[in-house]
Amino acid sequence: MSYKITEEGNISTVFLNGEIDMDVTEKAKEVILPLVEAGKEVHLNLKDVSYMDSSGISVLIESHQKALESNTKVVVKEVSKSVLKVIMMAKLEQILNLE
Amino acid sequence: MNLTETKDFIVHTKSLKEVRVFSREVFDKLKLDNELKDELVLAIAEAAQNIVKHAYKGVEDTKDHMQIKISLNDNQLEIGFFDKGKPVVAENIQHRKLDDIKPGGLGTYFIKQIMDDAVFKKDEQQWVNHLVLTKKI
Repeated sequence: MSYKITEEGNISTVFLNGEIDMDVTEKAKEVILPLVEAGKEVHLNLKDVSYMDSSGISVLIESHQKALESNTKVVVKEVSKSVLKVIMMAKLEQILNLE
Repeated sequence: MNLTETKDFIVHTKSLKEVRVFSREVFDKLKLDNELKDELVLAIAEAAQNIVKHAYKGVEDTKDHMQIKISLNDNQLEIGFFDKGKPVVAENIQHRKLDDIKPGGLGTYFIKQIMDDAVFKKDEQQWVNHLVLTKKI
């Protein structure tokens, strides 16, 4: 997994790339959670994420919940078809902010 | 088409990508459609992840291997997982309730959604755990 972060005002957009599994979960959290805890609105762009398993879904849930605690939000954007299927299997499409 | 393919992997999170590559290669040989292939790869990856995460919980940098065996016989797909970690108590395995939104606890749920059956067998003396996932395809 690789990533790129862009900043615009209070919005941080994290472009994740590659496969998100248990091996990269901690790295993904280290990238996303400090932004959320700093009160940034975080946009996770997943267009280049080709695979995500339950560990990746856990990162999305944890990010979403931390955002609620920090009075901000995480928006999940441009989800690839294969990742959307996993999100829907977990019945999270109504919970996460998907755009 | 009948086929059996087996491969060993070091029990480590770094092996999970290799597990997916192996699984995809086998399913390519079986000419499965992409949607089914993605689902099956996810189920296999989740089961392999459970070995690393639970059977080897607290064990750092083991040299142990886990073995994955994918077989297709008369449209019955059987995927075996063998490991020498802590014995799994099948009755204790349960996924979290889906409306209890929190990180974790979804891997087993995904496996159950994708596969027809998931059973721990006690038939392999040289291994500690033997999980068998099956699906009619």
